[in-house]
Amino acid sequence: MKTVFAQSVEGRTACVPAKPAKSAAQMLPASLLRRTKLGLPELSELDVVRHFTLLSKKNFAVDSNFYPLGSCTMKYNPKFTEYIAALPGFSALHPLMGELPKASEHAQGALECIWEMERLLCEITGMDAYTMQPMAGANGEFTGVMLIAAYHKDKGNVKTKILCPDSAHGTNPASAVLAGYEVVNIPSKDGMVDPEALEAALTDDVAALMMTCPNTLGLFETHLTTIVEKLRRVDALLYYDGANMNAIMGKLRVGDVGFDVVHWNLHKTLATPHGGGGPGSGPVGVCSRLTPFLPVGRVVKKAEGCFELDYNYPKSIGYIAPFYGNFGVMLKAYAYVLRLGGAGLTRASEYAVLNANYLKKLLENVLTIPYGRICAHEFVASAPEGMRALDIAKALLDRGYHAPTIYFPLIVKECLMAEPTETESKEMMDAFAAAIADIVEQGRASPQSLLDAPVTTPVRRLDETAAARAMILTD
Amino acid sequence: MPFVPHTPADTRHMLDVIGVKTLDDLFADITPDLRPRSFNLPEGQSEMDVCAHMEALSARNAPHMVHFLGAGFYNHYVPKAVDALSSRSEFYTAYTPYQPESSQGTLQAIFEYQTAVCRLFDMECANASVYDGGSAIFEAMMMAVRHTQRRVLVVDESVNPIWRTMLDTYTGNVDVEIRTIAHVQGRPDMAALKAAIDSSCAAVLVQNPNFFGAIEDYTELFAHARAQKTLGVISVYPVMQAVLKTPGEMGADVAVADGQALGMPLSFGGPYLGIMTCRKEFIRQFPGRIVGRTTDMDGKTGYVLTLQAREQHIRRAKATSNICSNQALCALRSLVYMSLLGPQGLTSVAEQSMIMARQAMAGLTALPGVALLHDAPYGNEVALTLPCKAAALVDKVSAKGLIPGYPVGKYYAGLDNVLLVACTEQTRPEHVTELVTLVGGAL
Repeated sequence: MKTVFAQSVEGRTACVPAKPAKSAAQMLPASLLRRTKLGLPELSELDVVRHFTLLSKKNFAVDSNFYPLGSCTMKYNPKFTEYIAALPGFSALHPLMGELPKASEHAQGALECIWEMERLLCEITGMDAYTMQPMAGANGEFTGVMLIAAYHKDKGNVKTKILCPDSAHGTNPASAVLAGYEVVNIPSKDGMVDPEALEAALTDDVAALMMTCPNTLGLFETHLTTIVEKLRRVDALLYYDGANMNAIMGKLRVGDVGFDVVHWNLHKTLATPHGGGGPGSGPVGVCSRLTPFLPVGRVVKKAEGCFELDYNYPKSIGYIAPFYGNFGVMLKAYAYVLRLGGAGLTRASEYAVLNANYLKKLLENVLTIPYGRICAHEFVASAPEGMRALDIAKALLDRGYHAPTIYFPLIVKECLMAEPTETESKEMMDAFAAAIADIVEQGRASPQSLLDAPVTTPVRRLDETAAARAMILTD
Repeated sequence: MPFVPHTPADTRHMLDVIGVKTLDDLFADITPDLRPRSFNLPEGQSEMDVCAHMEALSARNAPHMVHFLGAGFYNHYVPKAVDALSSRSEFYTAYTPYQPESSQGTLQAIFEYQTAVCRLFDMECANASVYDGGSAIFEAMMMAVRHTQRRVLVVDESVNPIWRTMLDTYTGNVDVEIRTIAHVQGRPDMAALKAAIDSSCAAVLVQNPNFFGAIEDYTELFAHARAQKTLGVISVYPVMQAVLKTPGEMGADVAVADGQALGMPLSFGGPYLGIMTCRKEFIRQFPGRIVGRTTDMDGKTGYVLTLQAREQHIRRAKATSNICSNQALCALRSLVYMSLLGPQGLTSVAEQSMIMARQAMAGLTALPGVALLHDAPYGNEVALTLPCKAAALVDKVSAKGLIPGYPVGKYYAGLDNVLLVACTEQTRPEHVTELVTLVGGAL
C-alpha cells in the first residue's frame, strides 16, 4: 500500500485554515526562515481518511482478535472510558491551570481525579502514597529505582548494586542502570528466585531486589517472606514490577507483604488501550519511608472539594513528567476502577487465573509445560521437540489469533508465554487450544507448511536482516 | 460483573477440567498470612453512574476559559478527522508490532510518522517516539554521552525550564555534569555558549524558539560545536518549524520536540509526544523503536521494527534506553494531523498564530510600563516585562475569567515581573481586546 507521501498530489489540500493576512516572510527576517521545502503530504481529506482506514484493517487488535500475549494483559478496553477521557472538561484543559492559584479553581475536577486515583491505588496495593507522573511501565521502574537511590543517599548508605532475577523483563535491568546502579542477575531455581542464590549475592552494597510476583513464568514466588527478611538485614529495599498485577488484585497487597515500592502498568491491569505501543501510564506507589522523595507537584486536599498542587517537598527527586503524568490515560483507569469496584477487581484476577490454568490444562499434552503447578494469570510452554516457537506463532496468525509472547522469558527453551486475561470466554480458549493442537499436528505432518506461514496476512514473513542492512527508515 | 463473560456453568466446567474445587484453590500459594489486611474499595457502579460521576468532575473544570498559556504546550485546533481515525479500534486496541505480519497498519503508520517528522525537522532519521519533549531531551543527551564518551552537557538556560528540571532529575545518578549557561535578557548568550564548549563536552542543548519566544540562528554555534566533536542538540516547536530555519539547515546533530501541538489535546498534562530525529551517523546510539522498510518472502513491500539490538528486550542492562511502550497512538495522531494540514495548512497555522501574537503584543506594550523582555524576532509566544509582579497580575486577571499568560518567576530568579503570553490560530481578536483591557485594568 502506497504511503501518504507517494499519494501526494501537488496543490491538493484537506484541512487548510483561511489564508492568513501576512506570511512568515513579512514577519521575520529572511535569515531565520526555512528554505528547505516542507515535504508533508498534499492530500484531500477523503484521501487521508481512506488511507488510514485501509491501514487500520491490516492490524490484529483486541477488538477483533484473541491476543494472549504473556505479560501484556491484552484485556478488553471498555468503550465508556474512551468517552470519559474525551470529555472536554478533561481533554481541553491546559496543565498550567493546575498550578496557577486562581486558575486552579477551574481545574478542581481534574485535581480531584488525580487525588482520588492515588487513594484508590494505595488501598488496592497497601502502599502509603503514589505518584501518577511516570508515563509508562519502564518510566515507572526508573522512578522507583531513583526513589530507592534517594532513600539510601538520604540515610548515608553506600549502595551500588541492584539485583534482578534472570527471568526479569528487560526494562528492569535497563532502568536500574539508568538510575546509576550495577545490575547483578540472580539465577532462578524451580522457576523462582532462589533464596540461597539471593543470600550469596546479598552484600552490604545491594540497594534493592527488583522482582514481580507472580513472576514472568506465571509462578507465585513462594519464598517471598524469606526474601523480605534477608533484604531487611542489609537495609536493601524490595521493588515490585506491577506487570503481573492482574493475577493478584484482592488476593495480595504488595505493601502488606514487604514490598517498598511498586509500579503499575495501567495499560495492562486497568484496561487502558495499548495504542499499538503506547501511550501507557506507570504510576508508582511507595511505603512511608520513601514518600519524602516522590516527584513534585503533589495534589493535596485542603478541604472538601478543594485541591491544590504542592511543590514544597525539599527531598523530592524532582520531575519525572512535565506535569502530572499521562492524565488522559489515568482517567480511563480511574473510571475502570470505579466501574468494577473492589469485588470486580478481585473477580478480574480470579478469572484471569482461572482462564490461564484452564488453557494450560488444555495444552498440557500438546506443548511441553515445564512447570506443572497451578499457575497464575499466565503460563509458559516450550514448543514440542523439533518445532520452533516462531513457526507456531506465525501459523497462529493464519488462524486469526495473535501469537502468545515468544522467546521471553529467556530461561525457557522455545518459549511461548500465554496470558488469556479474564475477558475471554471458555469458547475462545477451547478454539485456541484446538488451533495449537492442529498446528502441532500439521507441523509434524508437513514441517514446510509451518515455515511458509503466515499466508493469509497482508504480508508474509519479512526479511528483518535486509531491513537492518538497508536501513530504509523514511520514505 | 462487567467484562468477565463466564457463566456459573462455564466456571464449574473449567474448575473440573483443571482439577480443583473452587476458585480459591487456584490461590493456595497465597497463604493466609499474605492475604490483604484491608481491601476497602467502593462498590462497583454501573456504566451510567460512572459516566455521570465523571461528567460532574469534568464540569468542575473550565477548559474553555480564554487563556494565553503556552510554555511548550499549545491550544491549536485539531481537525475532528484526527480523532475519528485514531479512534479506530484496529489502531488503538492493537499491541506493539512484535508480529509484523499482523501489524502492518501500525508499522506503516510509524514509518510514515518517522518520514513526516524527518521532513518537518529536515533531519535524516527518527524513532517511533518517546514519552514527551522532556524525556526526548534526556535521551538525546544520553545519546551524545554514549557517542562521544564525554560527560559534560552544555545547556542554555532559556531552554524550557520544565524540561531542564526533568533533565536534572533523570541525570541525577548518571555521571554527567550539566553546565547551564545563563540567558541574557531572555536570549541565549551565544558567546558564553561557544566558550563553554570544549573537548569534555558531549553536547550543547538549545531551543528554538526559546522559552521566552526568541528565535535565533544556531548555525554558527553548531559549527563551533562540531569542530570540538560536541553534538549540537536542538529542541524545537513543531508548528513553528513549518516556517523557521530547520535543524537540518542549521547543522544540528539531534533535533527533538514535544509533538503535543501536532494534534494532541492538552489533556491536563498528557499523553503528549516525544519526537526525536538525528543524523544517520548516530543511528546505533539512537534510542527507541525504529521501523524500517523491507520486503517479504514474496517480494512485497512491508515494514518491521528494526535495529532492535539497541533495545531493552535484547540488550537489557546494556540497552540504549529502558523505553518499551512509547506514545505510538499519539505519533499516529500527529501523522494524521500533518497529513490533513499538509505544508500549506501547517504554515498557515504558524502564520496565523504569529499574527495574533503580534496583535496581543501591540495592545499590551501600549500599556504603561509593559515592554517586550527581549528584542529578538518571535513566533506565536513571547515574554513581557510588567511594572508589577507577574504572578499577582495573573491571579487578579484570572479572577475576571481570563488567564493572561504564565508568570515565569517560579523558574527564573529575578524574572518575577515577566509574563509569557502565547497565541494560536484559535485566538480571536475579541480575546486579545479582552486581554489588553483586563491586564490594563490590573496594572
